[in-house]
Parts: sequence; structure tokens; C-alpha cells
Amino acid sequence: MSVFDLGYMVGLVPVLLKYVPLTLGMASVSMALALVLACLLAVVRVVRVPVLNQFTKLFISFFRGTPLLVQLFLFYYGLPQLFPSLTAMTGVTAAIIGLTLHFSAYMAESIRAAIIGVDRSQWEAAQSIGMTTAQMMRRIILPQAARVAAPTLVNYFIDLIKSTSLAFTLGVTELMGAAQKEAASSFLYFETFIVVAIFYWVIVEVLSFVQQALEARLSKAVAR
Amino acid sequence: MIKIRGLRKFYGGVPVLDGIDLDIEAGQHVVIIGPSGTGKSTLLRCINFLDHADEGTISIGSLSVDVSTATPKQIKALRLATSFIFQNYALFANKTARANIAEGLMVVRGWSKAEANKRADDLLQMIGLGDKGDAYPVSLSGGQQQRVGIGRAIAADTQLMLIDEPTSALDPEWVDEVLQLLKRIADENRTMLVVTHEMSFARQIADKVVFMEGGKIVEQGPPEQMFTSPVDPRTRHFLRKTLGTM
Ligand SMILES: Nc1ncnc2c1ncn2[C@@H]1O[C@H](COP(=O)(O)OP(=O)(O)OP(=O)(O)O)[C@@H](O)[C@H]1O
Ligand SMILES: [Mg+2]
Repeated sequence: MSVFDLGYMVGLVPVLLKYVPLTLGMASVSMALALVLACLLAVVRVVRVPVLNQFTKLFISFFRGTPLLVQLFLFYYGLPQLFPSLTAMTGVTAAIIGLTLHFSAYMAESIRAAIIGVDRSQWEAAQSIGMTTAQMMRRIILPQAARVAAPTLVNYFIDLIKSTSLAFTLGVTELMGAAQKEAASSFLYFETFIVVAIFYWVIVEVLSFVQQALEARLSKAVAR
Repeated sequence: MIKIRGLRKFYGGVPVLDGIDLDIEAGQHVVIIGPSGTGKSTLLRCINFLDHADEGTISIGSLSVDVSTATPKQIKALRLATSFIFQNYALFANKTARANIAEGLMVVRGWSKAEANKRADDLLQMIGLGDKGDAYPVSLSGGQQQRVGIGRAIAADTQLMLIDEPTSALDPEWVDEVLQLLKRIADENRTMLVVTHEMSFARQIADKVVFMEGGKIVEQGPPEQMFTSPVDPRTRHFLRKTLGTM
């Protein structure tokens, strides 16, 4: 008998492959929502919108200052206790909400830094032609900030993909959840988790490759 | 007719504009000269509300704004009535030359995209950059960028052009093309308030020359008088230093 069961590992690949769409789906939806929220939070901070700015600071501080796992438990197990209507919330929904809020807090800070880095003259030119703050942000400032923030945001996306594995603690059978179930019945823990590790690794590597290609293209298109 | 009355602006209690009164007739070209740090840029910026003045009124046509109580609506109205040409061009870095000109027409003034782009292309032709519509600012020379900046400022017919040292950030080789263009558009009966250190340019386009020092207008008059026989000793001193004559 060999040290580990290669045949089992190969057989596991198609089984786990079926769960990749859910993992990537949760990650993509969370990322899209987190991006929108992060932009709003960042703008509120930069423009110092009264009241909202204080609330945003608190929001960012909380979601950066507490573990993601605690946040997920709070949403999935905690909130329905206060609001019984939330009992109907699925684990997937709770995970998406948790991941969105958590990562939006981080991304807001890097978007904020990128916004501040946009040259003052860009703001003044936009204001001088009569743009509203919202128009200026959406059409002039955020697109320029996005270019600066893009590499950092892709890193957060990578982190987010890996963090979807925590959804299994909410009973979601995604990649990690499926692996957990397989291991529990086969008792081949090492084999199972090395395969699932390779799954995440490959996904992240593919993304890193896309990231580099994208950066190369961006820097060529509009070098600054 | 543009009237500025009692305009004051303080930075940390120090007056940078110290009671500016200025009249500009429609179609008039007013040139402001004066030493560095006397509030020339600040005056232009306050008219456009890039800086908020603390006291005074700004009237452009039928629009009259008390700066200390200006509402967002009034500020927007002032910005729509004026256009700004910046020392450092300040083109939108994420927009092509065409889009830089079309942006305000489309987003702020509600033109259709087709109309705005048509206007932008006509203007690019006029400023000699007909083939640069798709170029981003980064790929344009300083002179070309400033010409696009001028195109952006004349895209909508505003009642007053605010022009702050349009050539002082340029390499010497590009200064002339920008000044030529400004002279051309000055001939089109536009109302201009220009800050410049280019004295021969000032002499050529000015209907009125204003000398500022220490946040105040020291002396103003027609260019012939201001450049040859200014009354105030401070004006004389400044011109002697700047022109090396008198
Ligand atoms: N944001 C600011 N905070 C504090 N002081 C400022 C600020 N902006 C301008 N000032 C001061 O206001 C004064 C007038 O500045 P301004 O830029 O209007 O001068 P200027 O006449 O345009 O000079 P220059 O010919 O050098 O362009 C200067 O003393 C400057 O230091
Ligand atoms: Mg200045």
C-alpha cells in the first residue's frame, strides 16, 4: 500500500470540479457588490459627507477590526435571533453579505488612497465646468483612481476567493464544504485537502496571470 | 456686463483679496498684471468658485451672487457662465482630446453625444488638432494640451473666460502657438479676464490693464496709458522691473 491514494485523488477532481462554479459565483457576486459599496464608502470619506462620514469610519473600523469568521457567524446565526424573518436566509446569502461587507471595508481604504492620489487639477477642471460632485467622481476621479487601485483590488479578489471557503462553516457545500464531506466519508484527509488546496491554487494562479496581462495592457494604453 | 464688488478672501486671517472692485464690459479683454503672490490667481478662482471668497458680490449679466451666502445652485450658475483656462492645462487624463471638449457640453449642459462630439471635432479642427481627437493628453505636447484646454473653454459660449497664465508652464517652443490661438479667439468678441506675465501679449489683446498688488487693485486703465505712463509708483516700479524700461 502506497503512502497516499493517487487514484482517489484523481477521482476526486471531477467531484470537486462541480463545486467550483458556486465558489467562483459567490466570490464574483461578493466582489461586484463590494466594489460598488467600497466606491461609495471611499467617496463619502473623501468628500467628508456629514454624518455619513462618521458612520462610514465606524463601519470600516468594525469590519476591518473583527475576524471574517466572527462576522459570518454574526450574520448567519446571530441576526435571525434578533430578526426572526432572517431565519429564511440561506448560508450562501449570508456568506455573500459577510464577504461583501468585510472586503468593502478593506477596498474602501485603498480606493480612498487612490482617489486622494488623483491630481488636484483634475478636480478643479471638473468643478470649473460645472460638474456636480457625483458627476466628477464617476466620470473623472474614480476612473483614474481605479487604474491606481486595480492591482490592490485584484489582490483583495484573490483573498476573497480563498475566503469563500469559510462559507462551509455556514453549512454551504461549496468547494471546501464538498471536500470536507468527501474526507469525512473516505477518511483520506491528506489526499482530500491537498486536492482542494491545488484547486484554490490553480484558480488564484489563473487570476494572477490575467492580472499581469491586464496591467501590462493598461500601462501601455495610457501611460502616465 | 460683469461687476465684482468688495471681493475679499482670507487665508488664516490674512487678506489675499482685499476688497476687489472690477467692471468688465461684454466683449472686453481685461489683463491683470502684478507681482507674484498678490492674489491674481485667487481672484480668478473666486469668480469660478474654485476658491470661496469670504465677502463681496459677483454679478454676471442678470446673475448676481453674494459670495458669503452663495447656494450650490448659484455656484453652478456662475460656473456655467464662466470658463477656466488653467496654467497646467488640467485636461482630464482619462479622456481623449475630443472627450475633453465634449464632456462638459454633454454631462453638464445636456447636449446629445453626437452634437457634443461634432462641436468638439469642429473645435479641434479650428485649433489645428483635427487629427488628434482620439489622442489622450499624455501623448500631446504641452502646447497641444493647452490648445485643447482652450477648446474646452470655448466649447460652450460662456459670458466670461478666466485665463490664468496660459503659457507659463509651457516650454518656450510652444508658447507662441498658444498665444496666437488666444489672440485669434480674442478677436471673436469674447469677454476675457487674463492673468499673464507675457507683457507684449498683454499689450496686444488688452482693452484694459489692471495692476494688482497685495490683494488690491492699485491702478487700472487702457494699455497705452498703463504701459507708457502709469500714475502709481508701485505700477511704475513693477513695469520697470518686468519690462526693463521706464
Ligand atoms: N490654499 C492656500 N492656503 C493658504 N494661502 C494661500 C493658498 N492659496 C494661495 N495662498 C496665498 O495667497 C496669496 C495669493 O496667491 P495667488 O496664487 O492668488 O497669487 P498670484 O498673484 O496668482 O501669484 P503668481 O503670480 O505667483 O501666480 C499668496 O500669498 C499665497 O501664498
Ligand atoms: Mg497665479
